[in-house]
Amino acid sequence: MTAVDDAPIAVDEVPTLTVTLRIRRMNPEGNADHAPGEDYWEEFQVEAHATDRLLDALHKVKWEQDGTLAFRRSCAHGVCGSDAMRINARNRLACKTLLKDLNPAKPILVEPIAGLPVEKDLIVDMEPFFASYRQIMPFLMTSGPTPERERLQTPAQRERFEDTTKCIMCAACTTACPVFWTDGQYFGPQAIIGAHRFIFDSRDEGQWDRLEILNDTAGVWKCRTTFNCTEACPRGIEVTKAISEVKRALNTGKI
Amino acid sequence: MTAPELTHPLPRTRRRLTPALRWWWMFQRISGVVLVALIFTHLFYNLILGGGVSQIDFGFVAGKWAAPLWQWWDFTMLVLAMLHGMNGMGYLINDYARSKRSRGILHILLGAATAVIIVLGTLVIFTFDPCPAGANPQNLNVPLCQELGKL
Repeated sequence: MTAVDDAPIAVDEVPTLTVTLRIRRMNPEGNADHAPGEDYWEEFQVEAHATDRLLDALHKVKWEQDGTLAFRRSCAHGVCGSDAMRINARNRLACKTLLKDLNPAKPILVEPIAGLPVEKDLIVDMEPFFASYRQIMPFLMTSGPTPERERLQTPAQRERFEDTTKCIMCAACTTACPVFWTDGQYFGPQAIIGAHRFIFDSRDEGQWDRLEILNDTAGVWKCRTTFNCTEACPRGIEVTKAISEVKRALNTGKI
Repeated sequence: MTAPELTHPLPRTRRRLTPALRWWWMFQRISGVVLVALIFTHLFYNLILGGGVSQIDFGFVAGKWAAPLWQWWDFTMLVLAMLHGMNGMGYLINDYARSKRSRGILHILLGAATAVIIVLGTLVIFTFDPCPAGANPQNLNVPLCQELGKL
């Protein structure tokens, strides 16, 4: 059977709609109406297609209405993890969120992700987040001579940590975590995910070094299993489950 | 904008004292399960068996605490419930107390309240006098007091 292109839809035929974006803004240098560092809401009206993503709407604002609007994005296709933001009070990637899924009848609230210092508008300082990731030593640790060919593992061994390899480090999970918001010491879900990816990798030998770090005061025992991280993850990683697997490894001594 | 200065990850030989957090995490779960069994047995014995709710008075409690089983039952319940509650409240304080100062003060108050209640409760359970002199015999557990030779 061949696909038949019966009635091609012209671009004009995609329904257009007017959406209102309420964006949480902050300019460290201030402007005519606002003091330096003051944060405030600003509304923008954008003509958009129903098939557009929130990122397209933000582009329209930046390119056509207010060039000072600052946000991060790189690939714009849900792979690089640059454009995580708080959209209608949920952490998502702007490039993976369709406007039609956001109830365009109401203003769409766009805020920077919570718990990290805001640098400007929707851009936050990710350094505390990356610092936690570095703490868990996210690199292969082995002993003995380097083999001449690749290190082999079975599909079952790979399956063990498959889920956590999907992380794109967008920080949506960590900045959705209420413990991370209030406890500056907590590593956050992403660092634990990053450790999980190596702890359960049969080729890695640094499991217990990482587990010991996660057993520490800033580690997995701060997790309250609220599932905010699992809900926030744009890659669908079962974050809370992975954290529980780390807890179980620490409690049973078995990996 | 400059790139952040990268620090070397933690040295691999790092060893710390075994973290108390993990033991509290385990305690919270184990004590939760134990408390469910203890408390529901407690409620069933007091409120449903025998004369129901109306049986509870000074004499009833005196009769229970004459048996070491119920003394230790109530003591275990007291200690586990207070520590379980203290730990849970501690999590809430960490969540909602914004400044280090208020966090510290609330933790000290919480610890003090827990300690006072555990000490007082233990004293009451183990030094309880079922037949205080001069009390109205109507309020007492008469068979118990006769057995103890105080009536």
